[in-house]
Amino acid sequence: MFEAVAFYLFAFLTITMFIITVTTSQALYALTALAAGMIFISAFFFILGADFLGAIQIIVYTGAVMALYAFGMMFFDTTRSVKEKQGNKFIITGLSTLAAVLVVLIVAAPMVSDNIVAFYPAIDSMGNTQNVGLVLFTKYLVPFELAAVMLLVAMVAGIVLAGKKMDRSITLTNDAELEIEKNKKVLS
Amino acid sequence: MDTAYLIETIIKVVVILLIFSALAGIGTYFERKILAFMQRRLGPMYVGPYGLLQVAADGVKLFTKEDIVPTNVVAPIFKIAPVITAATAFMAAAAIPFFPQFTIFGYTVHPIVADVNIGILYILGMMAVGLYGPMLGGMASANKFSLLSAARTAAVFISYEVVSGLAILAPIMMVGSLSLVDFNNYQVGGISHWIVWSQPVAFILFWISAFAETGRTPFHLIANDHEIIDGFGTEYSGMRWGLFFIGEYANMFFISFVIPLIFLGGFGDGSFLGAMGLLAKVAFFFFFFLWTRAAWPDVRPDQLMWLCWKVLMPIAVINVVITGFVMMF
Repeated sequence: MFEAVAFYLFAFLTITMFIITVTTSQALYALTALAAGMIFISAFFFILGADFLGAIQIIVYTGAVMALYAFGMMFFDTTRSVKEKQGNKFIITGLSTLAAVLVVLIVAAPMVSDNIVAFYPAIDSMGNTQNVGLVLFTKYLVPFELAAVMLLVAMVAGIVLAGKKMDRSITLTNDAELEIEKNKKVLS
Repeated sequence: MDTAYLIETIIKVVVILLIFSALAGIGTYFERKILAFMQRRLGPMYVGPYGLLQVAADGVKLFTKEDIVPTNVVAPIFKIAPVITAATAFMAAAAIPFFPQFTIFGYTVHPIVADVNIGILYILGMMAVGLYGPMLGGMASANKFSLLSAARTAAVFISYEVVSGLAILAPIMMVGSLSLVDFNNYQVGGISHWIVWSQPVAFILFWISAFAETGRTPFHLIANDHEIIDGFGTEYSGMRWGLFFIGEYANMFFISFVIPLIFLGGFGDGSFLGAMGLLAKVAFFFFFFLWTRAAWPDVRPDQLMWLCWKVLMPIAVINVVITGFVMMF
């Protein structure tokens, strides 16, 4: 009974949060609702007994959305609403509804026809952390390592792009030097 | 799920909420007194004996002060931000075993609200969510100092979390579990079995990141009074500000429970002496927070990021690699 109550409560909350994210024109509302929705999703993992994935969902998405906030802070005045350029509303609504229905059909079709079999069923004697580790480092080792390499590439690229003047601290340079550099830039 | 379990859980939640909300208030009294003694002052003296009732006076002030929501703020976010800080602090407490289990009137009580088997991950995650409070409060406030504080919150967040996660990884590899109860049982053999002796580096790193997590003094840059007024709290008044406050102090107490549980043997074998030992350790770590505040200056945001990414993170990674090699051979 408690599971059912929790499921419907969090389903309602998650969907509401994502609707706010999509429909609002206020950057701060959108980001906050996105963060809340992502954290509410972790409730489904907890209900299903996948505690490890639930905790990971919380940790990963708080960090990810926090980075989005940083961008939001840079690009918008977050206390004002953003003027959005809107195209043909019927096309947007139609396409998104179609896409949503398609996704539900694709996921639900095998469930309805009972065609789902777990290749590596969870082993009851182990905790779910060990279960995740087991499939991750046997069956899915190659995708896992590929993802790791891609992240490494992204990190190196990020450092190269952003780290040109990393050793120089503007706070520690005195104002006279900064002024000279500014003038140089204007002249050149 | 039987009724007894439900009632027990509700009682535990209420007890934890009451005790730690009260402790947050008393914590401010300790903070003022200790800071005062270290600076050769007397601290609060007038309200009650030795100023002990100052806590009640502050409480009355916070509750009765007018609640102001300034114009131009984003009102819903502004109102919800303090609640996030306070609520997530207490949510994190759900996975902390505060005491060994004890029997009262023939009924065995486990003083932990939810013994999930990923306790430490859950606690770190919830405490990280707590930083959304300062961040949202700062961004919604329509105040430049608050906005600066929000930007600093994001900087602190992306810096410390990597360090605390990697630091905790080495003890997790040794114990082979993410539950704090298992951590405690691993070190049950006495002082020589404490993880701190085999993982001194991880202990120091986690301790440092605990300061960043709670926003205490060396890393108090989120709400640094002498630079950015009160940061995210500039526009808040009354109990909304009080909620930020309760959240911060509750977080300090909870992290003071987590550090001894992971590294310093926790409550040991579960005897009465062990439980008192845990309380003593918690008191020491809480005192250390205040001691640092009296003794150390604050760092700049860029210094914090430099420290976390260029010094602490490589050390943590090397520590994990060495631990792995030692465990393998």
